[in-house]
Amino acid sequence: MIKIKELHRRWKEFRLAGIDLEIADGEYFVILGPTGAGKTLLLELIAGFYRPDGGDIYIGDKNVTGLPPEKRNIGFLYQDYSLFPHMNAAKNIEFGMRMRGIKDSDTVKKIAGYLNIGHLLHRYSQTLSGGEQQRVALARVLVINPDILLLDEPLSALDPGTQDSTRNILKSIHSDSNLTVIHVTHDQTEARILADRIAIMMDGRIVQVGTPDEVFDRPINDEVAHFVGVENVLKGKVTTSSNGISMLDIGGTMLEAVSECVAGDTVYACLRPENITLGTTGIKSSARNTYEGRLVEMERMGALVRVKVDCGFLLNAFVTNQSAGELGLMYGETVVVSFKASAVHVV
Amino acid sequence: MGFLTKQKSANNRRTDPLMLLFYILSLVLLLFVFVVIANMIIGQVMTDLSGLVDAASSKPVLKSIFLSLYAGFLATMISLLLGVPTAYILARKNFTGKRFVESMLDVPVVIPHTVAGIALLTVFGANGLLGAPLQPYIQFRDAMPGIVVAMLFVSAPYLTNSAREGFKNVDPKLENVARSLGAPLWKTFAIVTLPLASRHLLIGSIMCWARAISEFGAVVMIAYYPMIGPTLIYDRYLSQGLSASRPIAVLLILVTLVIFITVRILSAGWRVYDKD
Repeated sequence: MIKIKELHRRWKEFRLAGIDLEIADGEYFVILGPTGAGKTLLLELIAGFYRPDGGDIYIGDKNVTGLPPEKRNIGFLYQDYSLFPHMNAAKNIEFGMRMRGIKDSDTVKKIAGYLNIGHLLHRYSQTLSGGEQQRVALARVLVINPDILLLDEPLSALDPGTQDSTRNILKSIHSDSNLTVIHVTHDQTEARILADRIAIMMDGRIVQVGTPDEVFDRPINDEVAHFVGVENVLKGKVTTSSNGISMLDIGGTMLEAVSECVAGDTVYACLRPENITLGTTGIKSSARNTYEGRLVEMERMGALVRVKVDCGFLLNAFVTNQSAGELGLMYGETVVVSFKASAVHVV
Repeated sequence: MGFLTKQKSANNRRTDPLMLLFYILSLVLLLFVFVVIANMIIGQVMTDLSGLVDAASSKPVLKSIFLSLYAGFLATMISLLLGVPTAYILARKNFTGKRFVESMLDVPVVIPHTVAGIALLTVFGANGLLGAPLQPYIQFRDAMPGIVVAMLFVSAPYLTNSAREGFKNVDPKLENVARSLGAPLWKTFAIVTLPLASRHLLIGSIMCWARAISEFGAVVMIAYYPMIGPTLIYDRYLSQGLSASRPIAVLLILVTLVIFITVRILSAGWRVYDKD
């Protein structure tokens, strides 16, 4: 277990003020917050790269606040991977073992095989793509068998396709090794999909901690609601899938999506709020997904109105001020939402 | 878009008048240096080759040139020992008075060399601040240690500044990662930081050595004897005139040029790890 107590630190423009967190063994813990919230600094404090101005960090029962980073057995992955440019991939991966005086090329090969980078071992980081560098950096960290894995925005420098595959790698690393992971990100979708629990961090403070459902469906205040309330991410099970069309069961409600997933899989359906159409009566259109629901929240955001509709699951949608007026949208009313199967991105 | 590409192709066709002016001015500078050096070397070879051969086979001349190179080498080694840690601190740490420290370290570059010589003499001379108490153990005045101290004073800033730039170019995140992978600070420094800054360290060392070899003013104040190359040239010029001193000057230039070109060629194969 990792326990963080009353952690303080000032650093340049950032200020961490009284961070309290408890993270269980084997948990995938995501710290979610906007840029500039001090997330990376918190991660670097846990790793021991900086000393806090006040407060304590415990790993297990041990107070590690005064320990240098090399004595903490923590794996750290920076956003830009930070591979040593003067060493090839193999030398990078071996680094941790070399520091421990271990020579074991089998472990290197095994981990390289696991991450599918066996063919890259002789290459230098300058010649590797972002995704490849990422996997080499992961191998370098995993080889030391860390107690905790700290990930600093691990997906944000990757292109969308590589993001999907890397997310799956992170997921399987976590489930295969039961490693405690602390993952920092500003991306809500990423947080929702990967996290066992999420801490929302803003302006150097932890504002809310909870399961993804708790944080996304019951944000503790307006600020959090603003930050998390935009993207729709729905967890569901694939019931049937054929010809690129899948039926997903979202908590009892069926949803159709254009996707090549496999029946029986648990997936996440991502849906942008601007792709959702709102009406007061059913409309005949090419939209495959049409639901009746109750309007449970309305909020003006400039020229747009964000509405939250409870149709078995909660959906966020945007309508313009004008449409909201013409439709006569009102809190508590029954409305009809619809969206195309192709607007659903399944991951 | 079309407008932009048009402008670009127009630029490719004709050189901008300002660039033309820049080319001409840089040519003037280049010729200024080249003519001065080449005229001396070629003039010597054409008009008085035997003088050059005599100088090259004269024991005192060779001794003084070797002394220049050797004392400069010692000064560079001491600069490395003291300058590398200093440079690392300046590249990594922020502290109050950092600007003052940096300016202080640069002072030897800007003060006249004879002034530096006087200042060194008042510290390392027989009655100086350090020279007096050290008198029984080590003599600076008119001795090898005096030459090295004078060279060190004027040349150390070049190495320190270059090393500092080198360390600044090494991303601290690489050091953090190395630490988290189990490397204590000294191993991180030796295995990650130093190799990545090596090109800057090498260039700094060459600059430092070159500066040490070329020093005359400060050295001559504290140690006229044993004579380093520049001192011998000056001495011959005063006592026997230009024709006696020029061969030695040409020889000194040739020897140093050969050494620096060799080092450059040997280091050209080094990988460059500087951040893009």
